[in-house]
Amino acid sequence: MTGARESTAYDAGPLLLGVRHHGPGSARAVRAALEAARPAVVLIEGPPEADPLIPLAADPGLRPPVALLAHAVDEPGRSAFWPFAEFSPEWVAIRWALDHGVPARFIDLPATHTLAWAREEGESGAGGHEGAGGDHPTGADGHASGSDGHASGADGHASDPDNHEPGPDDQAAPGPGGRRPGPDDAGEVRVDPLAVLAEAAGYDDPERWWEDVVEHRGPGADDPFAPFTAVAEAMTALRERYGAGGHRDLVREAHMRLRLRAARKEFGHAVAVVCGAWHVPALRERTTVTADRALLRGLPKVKTDVTWVPWTHRRLARSGGYGAGIDSPGWYGHLFQAPDRPVERWLTKVAGLLREEDRIVSSAHVIEAVRLAETLAALRGRPLPGLGETTDAVRAVLCEGSDVPLALVHDRLVVGDALGEVPESAPAVPLQRDLARQQRSLRLKPEALERDLELDLRGDTDAGRSRLLHRLRLLGVGWGEPARSRGGTGTFRETWRLRWEPELSVRVAEAGVWGTTVQAAARAKAEADADAARALADVTALAEQCLLAGLPEALPVVMRVLADRAALDTDVGHLAQALPALVRSLRYGDVRGTDTGALAEVAAGLAERVFVGLPPACAALDADAAEEMRAHVDAVHTAVGLLTESLATTGGEAGGASTGAERAGGASKGGALSGGGAGREVGGGLRERWRGVLRALSLRDTAPGVIRGRAVRLLLDDGALRPEEAARLMGLALSPGTPPAAAAAWIEGFAGGGGGLLLVHDERLLGLLDTWLTGVPADAFTDVLPLLRRTFAAYEPGVRRTLGELVRRGPGDRPGGAAQAAAVPGFAAEPDTARADAVLPVLRLLLGLTADDGTGTTDTTGMTETTDHGSLAGVGT
Amino acid sequence: MTVSVEPTTATPHRDQTEQALRPHAEQAFAAELAALAAQDDRPRPARWKLSPWAVATYLLGGTLPDGTVITPKYVGPRRIVEVAVTTLATDRALLLLGVPGTAKTWVSEHLAAAVSGDSTLLVQGTAGTPEEAIRYGWNYARLLAHGPSRDALVPSPVMRAMAEGMTARVEELTRIPADVQDTLITILSEKTLPIPELGEEVQAVRGFNLIATANDRDRGVNDLSSALRRRFNTVVLPLPESADAEVDIVTRRVEQLGRSLDLPAAPDGIEEIRRVVTVFRELRDGVTADGRTKLKSPSGTLSTAEAISVVTNGLALATHFGDGVLRAGDVAAGILGAVVRDPAADRVVWQEYLETVVREREGWTDFYRACREVSA
Repeated sequence: MTGARESTAYDAGPLLLGVRHHGPGSARAVRAALEAARPAVVLIEGPPEADPLIPLAADPGLRPPVALLAHAVDEPGRSAFWPFAEFSPEWVAIRWALDHGVPARFIDLPATHTLAWAREEGESGAGGHEGAGGDHPTGADGHASGSDGHASGADGHASDPDNHEPGPDDQAAPGPGGRRPGPDDAGEVRVDPLAVLAEAAGYDDPERWWEDVVEHRGPGADDPFAPFTAVAEAMTALRERYGAGGHRDLVREAHMRLRLRAARKEFGHAVAVVCGAWHVPALRERTTVTADRALLRGLPKVKTDVTWVPWTHRRLARSGGYGAGIDSPGWYGHLFQAPDRPVERWLTKVAGLLREEDRIVSSAHVIEAVRLAETLAALRGRPLPGLGETTDAVRAVLCEGSDVPLALVHDRLVVGDALGEVPESAPAVPLQRDLARQQRSLRLKPEALERDLELDLRGDTDAGRSRLLHRLRLLGVGWGEPARSRGGTGTFRETWRLRWEPELSVRVAEAGVWGTTVQAAARAKAEADADAARALADVTALAEQCLLAGLPEALPVVMRVLADRAALDTDVGHLAQALPALVRSLRYGDVRGTDTGALAEVAAGLAERVFVGLPPACAALDADAAEEMRAHVDAVHTAVGLLTESLATTGGEAGGASTGAERAGGASKGGALSGGGAGREVGGGLRERWRGVLRALSLRDTAPGVIRGRAVRLLLDDGALRPEEAARLMGLALSPGTPPAAAAAWIEGFAGGGGGLLLVHDERLLGLLDTWLTGVPADAFTDVLPLLRRTFAAYEPGVRRTLGELVRRGPGDRPGGAAQAAAVPGFAAEPDTARADAVLPVLRLLLGLTADDGTGTTDTTGMTETTDHGSLAGVGT
Repeated sequence: MTVSVEPTTATPHRDQTEQALRPHAEQAFAAELAALAAQDDRPRPARWKLSPWAVATYLLGGTLPDGTVITPKYVGPRRIVEVAVTTLATDRALLLLGVPGTAKTWVSEHLAAAVSGDSTLLVQGTAGTPEEAIRYGWNYARLLAHGPSRDALVPSPVMRAMAEGMTARVEELTRIPADVQDTLITILSEKTLPIPELGEEVQAVRGFNLIATANDRDRGVNDLSSALRRRFNTVVLPLPESADAEVDIVTRRVEQLGRSLDLPAAPDGIEEIRRVVTVFRELRDGVTADGRTKLKSPSGTLSTAEAISVVTNGLALATHFGDGVLRAGDVAAGILGAVVRDPAADRVVWQEYLETVVREREGWTDFYRACREVSA
């Protein structure tokens, strides 16, 4: 039996198994075909440099999803990935070969060339996008049933300079390399051969057609080779009609043919090839060795290293960035694993998930969902329910029409959480190399001994060290911990405590999932963290970290998450907590000269939300909550002050940022307005509106006394409230009708915290306070006392003593008590020239003047101009 | 108020003798149904007038092989109609959910018309709907004269549908008191309606099914018990997908209403209508139209129907107290009333929206001012 099959299998030359990368149906078919054909060697589309790594696939420590990662040795940021899921036909082929002791070889063009191509493009200035497009002018490669998502995913990625340099098409670039273009590639007009086939079959969606025709075919077809024959014929027709792709495809195919010939020479006729369906006709083609060699001559080269890295289902998904272009790896995995009745098993799985999340789902539900999915498939003319039908059924039956639980199903099952593993024996990941390189160039040796490191951020090397350490912290590699600086609090100093523990190497290896350079990895990690962050404060902290780590590219994502969180957070306290950190980052960003336009926009928006939410949130608070809210009011006040300044100074930069946002697409005029030239006006307006909020608070009877008092004090300090008005408000708050405890709270808010100097200088306020205090009834006094004590005990001893003396002397004792009201508080009505004279000798000394040359010199003139007091000027002349 | 997405291109083939203000779906589209039935060669479930494919075509529109054009009855995602039709074909009851103005009633009527050729077996749900409306009542004169018998029994639409294998419709299911709702449980699970007074029962004939509609965002509704809910497949009818579609619906409907109220059509009103629709959509979706800023959503439903009433009110204001041109000030108060349903929480939402979105939007200054005025 087997013999008979074998003879038919190799009748037409080598057994060519054209697949769709990551297609579960293809994987199943490949396994069946290999079982039937029993080849002596299995050739697989992939970089030949990885041949020595194939045996690792048999290691139980290597669990898919994993990816082969090729990278340039001296430039780890230049890299390419070949992801393998459990349901990838290539993976199945590798495992089959290993299980049967048959050699497996990769036959695609070596990564040393593909990476060099990418470099050429980068240097010649062609963007990654364009480069990838030029690669496959007909788009055939990238689309032909994903015949090439595998390798060209790598191409697209490698030829994507944005991987390590921020650029406008950062997001779009991996698309062309994917199995088929994402929506963002719509700009490129290409012919999609698969779409042509699907259209011929009456399908509007090429994916669905492929699934119906190939992936959903159950096992047990009589001839395991039939599907491959059919696909090969279709591809031949397509290549005849639409051309065979670009030059690079021809080169790659030439290389595959050469390897195929070599394999046949070595192992005889029983050779099986697993490659993208698109390439099958090219491998069948009869060409001369010389012609193929000619194509391969003079290819650029770059020194390359290959290793296995763990991969995740999320990254296989299209939305995952370096996506292999599969929407539903979880569903594919299920199709591949399920021995039979895939729909029933899938819906049972969904029901299990929903039950875990405490939704009531009975078996009757599952039964009805299966019926609905099957009938729906019949209505839509599909042989079996696909993901679309099951999803519709889940929505209508299990989720009661709601998309919310459905999103959970999509995230946890359709995409899935599967995380690959790689054994320790796998070669080092490029991230380690990159780290080592940076350690060398920054002269920062990993030492097991703990030591402190003082950094002066004004120097390039130290700034670089700081960035590296912050990035590593983001990646969870705790090599250095920030320590309290010994030398003062300057923003340009940082102190780190360094200690390299051996297990940090493991952490670095783990972090390799995030990227190939420290910067890229830290960025990816920061973005992922932002998406996963729960509390608003976490996100602001992350924004601060991004600035410290010099990762402005990650900021847009972090800011988007921050703005979203802030918009949906109903607790003003959270918002008020987040604002100071954000404003701090903004200031800090200014110091470092990073573009903080987006940050400013978000901070201003956050402030607005606080303004709107604060007054209602100040009602009906108990003492503790009021105290907490007072702290928020203080923090917001400080933050608004800083923010106003920052906005006024960075108006221009913010404008630049908003054009950046426009370039990214979808910018609104409103955004430009808020961030751009209006920066100054927005800043000034902010302060005005904040004062409006404070005024509203100070007058609001439902707000606790401590907050009202604080609001009055802040306005007074800002000069936004005249002292008479403050006195009036204080009189109101302390009038006999107010319960003493409430009045004491008002005083605490007004006089607490900021020091008592105000009371020392404004005797009228002190007098009001004094009058009230003496009027407090004896039985209420004991209630009020602790509050007052808390307020006044915080004053410095000198202030307390002065206050005591003032009170003892009593009001009206001072000379010119009546005139004082008209004078500036804290100053006497008439200047005391005798006391002013006493300062002059010291001033002269400071200015370097001799006692007699003061008259008429520029210095004295300058002095006269800068001082307001006529008495001093008069003395000078 | 319900706004149907009734296509203006529909050409109802009115019977000459038909003088009804609004003919039933099966009458208005009799020609289309007949054409579909004539060319429908796919298998039909028992007692269905059309095959599921033809029903889907009837709702979504298309061209038949002989060139007959079927007008689309429902403009929206194809998926929704397919799931709905399939649900009926699998013998499950169908629950159409959605906020007012999403064509729930319209879809249910046309489904019943296409499946059973009769959309009149209808129970209108209200807070006062009695059990008799769903099960059966008695003709008391007969009952007293002859004693209990089938002749004295007054069947409900649901009972008739069961006996004849037709599609019954229940409108506004969630308005019906919970204990009355639960009479449906036996009907839907056992497919039988016992008549204990006679010691008999009515068994549902093949082809019987039930379409219910319900409003999922109104307050004060009687939520379905999980036992009942389990018997339904739920399809949520979405709000209009694009702002343009919604503006279109609002404009058309406002025109119709305005005509009946003798309000002149506002020449420049379209800008204001667009603004109202934008505000409603943004607050409802919790994200600005450009997709860049997230927003809190207020507690109200903010349906298309409400947008229509805001615009109609504004138009009345402009006509009677203004210069006849719909301006920001005319709709501001209406919008405020529609958005701020809960005085504490919604006001914060609205203020935030005003300050963070409206204030900075170009060309919206007059609107911002008008809103500030009425909100103060």
